[in-house]
Amino acid sequence: MKESIDARGLSCPQPVLDTLAKIEAMGSGELEVLVDTEASKENVSRAVQAKGWRVESITEDNGEYCLKLAGD
Amino acid sequence: MSNFFATRKGIISVGLVIGGLAALLQYLGNPGNMGICVACFERDIAGAVGLHRAGVVQYMRPEIIGFVLGALGAAFVGKDFRPRAGSAPIVRFILGAFAMIGALVFLGCPWRAVLRLAGGDLNSLFGLAGLIVGIGVGTMFFRQGYNLGRSQKTYWSVGLLMPLLMVGFLVLMFLYPQVADQPKTDVLFYSLKGPGAMHAPLLISLGVGLLVGVLAQRSRFCTMGAFRDLILFKQVHLLSGVVALLVAAFALNLVLGQFNLGFDGQPVAHTQGLWNFMGMLLAGLCFALAGGCPGRQLFLAGEGDGDAAVFVLGMIVGAGFAHNFGLASSPKGVGPHGIAAVFIGLAVCLFIGFTMRKKAA
Repeated sequence: MKESIDARGLSCPQPVLDTLAKIEAMGSGELEVLVDTEASKENVSRAVQAKGWRVESITEDNGEYCLKLAGD
Repeated sequence: MSNFFATRKGIISVGLVIGGLAALLQYLGNPGNMGICVACFERDIAGAVGLHRAGVVQYMRPEIIGFVLGALGAAFVGKDFRPRAGSAPIVRFILGAFAMIGALVFLGCPWRAVLRLAGGDLNSLFGLAGLIVGIGVGTMFFRQGYNLGRSQKTYWSVGLLMPLLMVGFLVLMFLYPQVADQPKTDVLFYSLKGPGAMHAPLLISLGVGLLVGVLAQRSRFCTMGAFRDLILFKQVHLLSGVVALLVAAFALNLVLGQFNLGFDGQPVAHTQGLWNFMGMLLAGLCFALAGGCPGRQLFLAGEGDGDAAVFVLGMIVGAGFAHNFGLASSPKGVGPHGIAAVFIGLAVCLFIGFTMRKKAA
């Protein structure tokens, strides 16, 4: 089952903290992260890539971003 | 990543530009090692509108106005203007006030701590050490679930209020310009001596502020975040920008003859190492708990973050308190009540940090 995090409305560095905690707990798999600022989008992308995960896609809808992440 | 300024090369470029411009502003008239200091300049603004009556630090700093308006413009162009508010505003106000008090015990924000070092002021090493320790304490709270809660999307007008306030300040500045030898021109106070009387030409300061606002909004430049990300995530992305700022300011200071290595006789600084450390420890903890350095809070306010705007207002009011009640330092040393204020501030921060954890809720 795909895991997800709703980090909308959370200020820096909470979206990154929550995402990293989740991928550490998951180890591998697919994770969807919702954020609502461009800064959070960039910070989460950068942080997960540093941990060896991939950013499969980023979609925007009405100012909110959905990051689809994957880790082997 | 489509945003160049958010890349490693981008943040380094931004750091180099900010450091260079800061040294240049100092050359053009800003106080020593204070080409750009968000805390000092907000303190000067507090004085300009009469929130304190310390005659040597009263000036409506155009750089601050430019930071917010530049960030607003960049956010609009980059489709990043997101009006939001409602995440623990009273906490952010209090953190802003104590951040300012801590910064004024040290005599500078994190940007100025770096610029002081770039100018050869070794007292700043104590401040930088305190800043890092304060941020380190803040990260411990984050690891334990500290969280200010979610903000909410809100009306576009909410996001525009801080930029509009800055426009109002700018209008006041043009309506009531400084007149030689007059400490007040109707509604605005102007220093006749001291750091507040030292400033680069208005339009140059405003232009630099606008440019820095644009660059910092796009790059998410944050001196507190630089150290926090290193401690929390072992990431050096933001830190590379801060190092670039230091290098550029240092190089330009050498070229312009503004470098003076040592502890004694440094401009707008004191030599009480312990209180340089403790002041910035308090400030660093406040910045960490609030999620950004004072510059970052201005840029966030420019892109519509009403909570960051509350932090900025907290800093301006904190500056009023700091100078009205003897909390701020001077080149002679810590103010009469500065030490007590640091301990009270630390106690308040610990109260906030311990009680605002998900595990404590």
